[in-house]
Amino acid sequence: MSVFAWIETAHGAASPSSWEALGAAASLASDLGTDVTAIVFGENAQAIATESGEYGAANALVCEDASLAKFQLEPYAALLSQLVSEHKPQAVVAVGSSNGRELMAASAADTNSAMINEIIELSVDGGAIVATKPAYAGKVRSQIKANSETVFLALRGRAFPAAEKAGGSANITTVDAAAIADNLNITIEEADTQAEGISLTDAAIVISGGRGMANNPATPSGAVDDETIWKAQDGFANVIQPLADVLDAAVGASRAAVDAGFIGYEAQVGQTGKVVNPDLYIAAGISGAIQHQAGMRGSKIIVAVNKDGDAPIFKLAKYGVVEDLYDFLPALTAELKKRLGK
Amino acid sequence: MHIIAFTRSTPDTAANVTVDDSGKVVWDGANIVNPWDEYALEEAIAQAKATGSDATVITIGEEAHEEALKHSLAMGMKNAIRVYEDSLDSTDSLTWATLGAAAVEKADDAKLVICGKESIDVQTDQHIYQLARKLGWVMLSNVSKILELSDDSIKVERTTDQGVQQVTAQLPAVISVLKGINEPRYPSFIGIRKASKATIPVWASSDLGVELPQAVTEVISYENLPERDMTTEIIEGGSVEEKATKLVDKLLEEKVL
Ligand SMILES: Cc1cc2nc3c(=O)[nH]c(=O)nc-3n(C[C@H](O)[C@H](O)[C@H](O)COP(=O)(O)OP(=O)(O)OC[C@H]3O[C@@H](n4cnc5c(N)ncnc54)[C@H](O)[C@@H]3O)c2cc1C
Ligand SMILES: Nc1ncnc2c1ncn2[C@@H]1O[C@H](COP(=O)(O)O)[C@@H](O)[C@H]1O
Repeated sequence: MSVFAWIETAHGAASPSSWEALGAAASLASDLGTDVTAIVFGENAQAIATESGEYGAANALVCEDASLAKFQLEPYAALLSQLVSEHKPQAVVAVGSSNGRELMAASAADTNSAMINEIIELSVDGGAIVATKPAYAGKVRSQIKANSETVFLALRGRAFPAAEKAGGSANITTVDAAAIADNLNITIEEADTQAEGISLTDAAIVISGGRGMANNPATPSGAVDDETIWKAQDGFANVIQPLADVLDAAVGASRAAVDAGFIGYEAQVGQTGKVVNPDLYIAAGISGAIQHQAGMRGSKIIVAVNKDGDAPIFKLAKYGVVEDLYDFLPALTAELKKRLGK
Repeated sequence: MHIIAFTRSTPDTAANVTVDDSGKVVWDGANIVNPWDEYALEEAIAQAKATGSDATVITIGEEAHEEALKHSLAMGMKNAIRVYEDSLDSTDSLTWATLGAAAVEKADDAKLVICGKESIDVQTDQHIYQLARKLGWVMLSNVSKILELSDDSIKVERTTDQGVQQVTAQLPAVISVLKGINEPRYPSFIGIRKASKATIPVWASSDLGVELPQAVTEVISYENLPERDMTTEIIEGGSVEEKATKLVDKLLEEKVL
């Protein structure tokens, strides 16, 4: 019984999107007439479990074993699968970060359970869990019904409201790490280099630049290898980034901008990049190809800045500005600074 | 050793995809190899060559996926296998992983499975991890570079949500590869001709010596997206400053700032 919510941890703290998993688990638990058990592994898990109680978890299963200090699929999956076999929860809910997806899928396989990923809606129909998810690059949606004792659910980030801190307390149980087979042991030789800035998939506001970034009127002061790349990179650094800074936004890009070397691949939004669904998405110098739309059409409000009034991106945008981005974005940044008092 | 790549066919990324009146998903373009898998296939071909290994590509699903297998052969994969039987529910990833693992185990001396990062059509991003668990092999996702590959171990660079790490694991292993790991080759003319003549064996669960599992998920419907009840408002004004002011007014009204 119970519904498990996996609380992802990093550097000794719960990742903020974990409270979305707890929120969705709580509403599922109330539909199923049961309660929520937070699953917390890693450094500082005990304290994070206490915090989960404040966010509404009735119980918590905690493991601080050194082998779980950092996310690693094999030891995490081994323990989660063992807990699922012992407790037989009706569902295990996680936010579908890359770790969340891997863990849900792996434990679902271990326990021969159903697994559904990228969930945007959840319901219970006659005792069975039914999930809605995008399919075919978000061009259609599908409804999937799960038929197993435990159902593993990975949520799309920002699709479900986070649980509120209500000040409850969880009944915490400490568990031992599970053994893993020798052949599953891996050696991590170089520590993670922490990614910089706000993560694209968690950001409430995303500002993306496209091929149009190359039309920067600025000229390099010295000799550069490639003037187009210099211009676009200068634009990302000195026009897009200041706007992102005022709005605490993440910076994204079209594939054309990534392929041309203007910005790294981790910024790519689209069918073969990241899928984002922020409250506000500003597309600057992006035409709005169908593959780009696949990554951002779920945004609540889309603003397009493009000097070509016929660009397809305007069909998707709630607000359009037909201007050169190099004229308009600095004016927008200045106005926002004034209005938001920054 | 034997390197196995997995692939599937997907609708062209530019295709319009809709659900017709009978509830079936239809699209107006051709099928292509799942774009992520091109990197997996290229890596399998290159690593097989570097280590003198055999290279086999597997797809699980209906005949439409043969196009991806033919493309793989044309690129230079040595063998192709399709796993299918009529009662297969190919939308259930647990079934998929069970059959996939059995197919890998049937291949002689298989030690490395290479998959693409994601299927752009079904958007599950779960098959690979389930395959690794069913095999009991180590799983290394999001590999951006294979640094070393020997007969018994692999060293890779992975790009995770947290950053970049270097990992060494014992073989056998399942990996998924990212764009940028290589530049996928175009099939040669001769490759295409050879592939078009190839007959691809179809294996059923009985050939693999497993029982077709009971599907634990069921797609109950596909739906078109709800209509966006929205019109685009073009912000007008005499200067960029005026437009900026108007846009900020709107965004404050929308409560998204
Ligand atoms: C298999 C496949 C997968 C793909 N996956 C993705 C993906 O994941 N993400 C993605 O984005 N694309 C993807 N694409 C590519 C996609 O088809 C487009 O080519 C790409 O999105 C175009 O990027 P863009 O809009 O920046 O460039 P363009 O289409 O060239 O548009 C540039 C726009 O900038 C405007 N502009 C130029 N200068 C200025 C200026 N100074 N001020 C304002 N506006 C200006 C122009 O009017 C134009 O509309 C994929 C394609 C394929 C085939
Ligand atoms: N039906 C299939 N047949 C063969 N390989 C597949 C199939 N579905 C998915 N894959 C492989 O698994 C990877 C990830 O798929 P997915 O979990 O669907 O996102 C793909 O890039 C393929 O390499």
